[in-house]
Amino acid sequence: MSYISLSDKDKKEMMKAIGISSLEELFSSIPEELKLKNALRLPQAHTEQELMCYFGKARSKNKYSEYLSFIGGGAYNHYIPFIVDYLSSRGEFLTPYTPYQPELSQGTLQIIFEYQTVISQLTGMDISNASLYDGASGAAEAVLMAYRIKGKPKVLMAKTLHPQYKEVIKTYVRNVPIETEEIDYSSAGRIDFENLSQKIDEETSAVVFQSPNFIGVIENIKKISTLSHKHQALSVVVVAEPISLGILEAPGKLGADIVTGEAQSFGIPLNFGGPYLGFMACSRGFLRQLPGRIAGQTTDVEGRKGFVLTLSTREQHIRRERATSNICTNQAWCALRATIFLETIGKEGLKEVAWHNIQKANYALEKLCYVKGVKKKFTGTVFNEFVLQFSREWTEVENFLRKKNIIAALGLEKYYPELKNCALFCITEVHKKEDIDTLVEAIDESLR
Amino acid sequence: MIREPLIFELSAKGKKAFSLQQLDVPSKKEILENIPTRNDIEGFPQVSEVEIVRHFTRLSQTNHCVDIGFYPLGSCTMKYSPKINEKLASSPDFMLSHPLAPQDLIQGNLEILKRTEELLAETTGMDAFTLQPSAGAQGELVGMMLIRASHEEKGNPRKIVLIPDSAHGTNPSSAHICGYQVREIKSNEKGTINVDDLSQNMTEDVAALMITNPNTLGVFEDEIKKIAYIVHAKGGFIYMDGANMNALAGICRPGDMNVDVIHLNLHKTFSTPHGGGGPGAGPVGVKRKLEPFLPIPVIEREGNQYFLDIDRPQSIGRVRSFFGNFAVIVKSLAYILSLGFEGLKEISEIAVLNSNYIRKSLEKDYYLKYESPTLHECVFSDKFQREYGIQNIDIAKRLIDFGLHPPTMSFPLIVHGALMIEPTETESKRDLDLFIGAMKQIAKEAKEDPKILKSAPHISYVRRLDETSAARNPILKWDYQTDKVKKE
Repeated sequence: MSYISLSDKDKKEMMKAIGISSLEELFSSIPEELKLKNALRLPQAHTEQELMCYFGKARSKNKYSEYLSFIGGGAYNHYIPFIVDYLSSRGEFLTPYTPYQPELSQGTLQIIFEYQTVISQLTGMDISNASLYDGASGAAEAVLMAYRIKGKPKVLMAKTLHPQYKEVIKTYVRNVPIETEEIDYSSAGRIDFENLSQKIDEETSAVVFQSPNFIGVIENIKKISTLSHKHQALSVVVVAEPISLGILEAPGKLGADIVTGEAQSFGIPLNFGGPYLGFMACSRGFLRQLPGRIAGQTTDVEGRKGFVLTLSTREQHIRRERATSNICTNQAWCALRATIFLETIGKEGLKEVAWHNIQKANYALEKLCYVKGVKKKFTGTVFNEFVLQFSREWTEVENFLRKKNIIAALGLEKYYPELKNCALFCITEVHKKEDIDTLVEAIDESLR
Repeated sequence: MIREPLIFELSAKGKKAFSLQQLDVPSKKEILENIPTRNDIEGFPQVSEVEIVRHFTRLSQTNHCVDIGFYPLGSCTMKYSPKINEKLASSPDFMLSHPLAPQDLIQGNLEILKRTEELLAETTGMDAFTLQPSAGAQGELVGMMLIRASHEEKGNPRKIVLIPDSAHGTNPSSAHICGYQVREIKSNEKGTINVDDLSQNMTEDVAALMITNPNTLGVFEDEIKKIAYIVHAKGGFIYMDGANMNALAGICRPGDMNVDVIHLNLHKTFSTPHGGGGPGAGPVGVKRKLEPFLPIPVIEREGNQYFLDIDRPQSIGRVRSFFGNFAVIVKSLAYILSLGFEGLKEISEIAVLNSNYIRKSLEKDYYLKYESPTLHECVFSDKFQREYGIQNIDIAKRLIDFGLHPPTMSFPLIVHGALMIEPTETESKRDLDLFIGAMKQIAKEAKEDPKILKSAPHISYVRRLDETSAARNPILKWDYQTDKVKKE
């Protein structure tokens, strides 16, 4: 296929205008020795029909969709209203770039402004940026931001922060004078407060923790924030499942200084892990340290309301090596989808979806705990994920369920060696009661 | 034109655009006992479906985009994004693929990722690729981390990264986050790297040179081999910013220029839509010696089975969750497959033809600081127009009146008042001529009627916006409280 729009005649005319007789002459500035001598070993050009075939064949090697699945762990299957796909696939949203010329980009800019507003409302924070890559790099950016604000070398991370987020934080701070230390969890599945009290000191820049955390439990944000503040450390709350914000108190009202996380749950398909949507919100006082693009409201020469990218003196294209972050583009199109999603399901809808998640997960938890050989691992209140411990090898249970076409849960031992035969289940509004009952029955059978 | 209000201004209790099925399990309030919950999300919107659809449709109509017209933003490669690739990437099977699904059930996805890595390696002449970086800037950061890890292994991470004064702002910023001091290398009168300046600065304290080729002026660094020799001789690495790969695809390969690390922007050269500012993807390619440091997980093949290797002791670690922007990668693979070698070569040839046609057509009307031959983009400036009090911003804003998107402004920094034009290969001669015509008209207006430029744009949805007061007095969200007060 070719996406060129020049006719043979056009090409001739243009070459004549330039004063060349062959296209090769255009590349005369490239030394001959560097030019390709042979064709690259690339497949033959595919027609549209052949492309469909190729991808159809690749897809047929995926078998996951044939299974009833209950895995979450930072990527959640939620229902996406059709108008999210319908509206976001408009070329006017897909094919512009970063709104460098605001007069030609009011749509994108106003949507970013609306996005910043709903994220601020949900997190209970003063301000939000225009998005970041994903939850993991968002958490890493939050750590760097906390260090810029506090300048103290220690960052405490909850052991129950998403394991991949912890890894990404460690990668990002490799070359920054920050030491990370992990805080244990308690039998409730929350941050072990005693352990935190021992480890936090005046050298701590931030306490970074997730709520609901990786093992499903809702943290006591207020208590952790209060202790953090006592030591002049920032309370950084990571939210990997932001549907929970439809019902749980906003972290900003419980003392959080920075709220960051993953907003894939807001209308973004699982997509085998990306693109997703990192979000970040903070107190107004930290505005100048916030990474990424920010849209702001202003007026045009006729006094009409309009929107622009603003506060760019924080950013790399102005400040170069002294920028708050090296991030350039955000995830504008994913932020658009999140905005359409949130504005569609609305205030009542979000609350209702959150309620369904918590009710269904807790129904499943209760039912599964009646099964002989199954134990609830943590006592803390859960949102839509929970951990069970099995009397039998988890891999055996897993394999048994696979034969019944069920992907039941994520085995946790590879993330937490101490959690032997424990697995993380996720139930959302897409699961029906009969799905849950099927799961319970199959697990019961697997343990008999 | 209808002024579209903020959605919050349309919101009212009782409106809804969504309904959820009945809860089919018992509802137990006591679950949330002792947990702080919220009664209300203050100000959160409640609107009807029709209002949502009109809101976003109207807002969309205030955007310029590639599907509407010419978008010659230099360094951004605003080419046409083939529609079939959208369909391919949004198949339900991909959309519902969970990244933590058992690996034997997502073999198709892993095959797609591996295939893309192989084809990018072949195209660039590199040995191995990681597809994980979410965007070009993250690719740069990963690339610099790989370089640092390699130096660290040899016992000394080194201190300095050399960067030409024409580089993208992300380059120094990425090097800085990686713990390096940045030292700027001057450009010579041709607009390329001053090799003497490089030689003098290239010491054993230097970890790498970050180079963009062709550089941001669109000029090929023809001494690249010599440059690489100088840097390698002192044990440094060559990092290439591949943002301008659209000029080289199918013509020559960075790997053959002795580049050690490169990032590509799939949303530039490989046609995936820019999405209003992301998501992109910034894969990083390396030579064999840097492969052990690639971020985890690495996709490996054993017989017919693909698997994710996380047991890589020398790896820099994980740089994002899961495996990169999969849906973006699918589109870029579809693009490479649709072109084949001849098609890939043709994009560079025509991109360079289009750019040179614009350059030739406008060289009498606008000042060209560097006379070196250029490839896929050319950088003019407002020097001639400044005589009449006109700056590049006025030229840019006036272009909007012609229904055209302005070029990149004020970049690269070595050209004062820059207008950086990159037409890409997908544009028709008619569109190029419309742009050239508009630019000539504007050059004429600058002399004869500069006021019309100063007050432009005139016919856009909004007119020139006050960016200074936006930054001085930031309003960054709609405020429920102020709005309530206003209404009362």
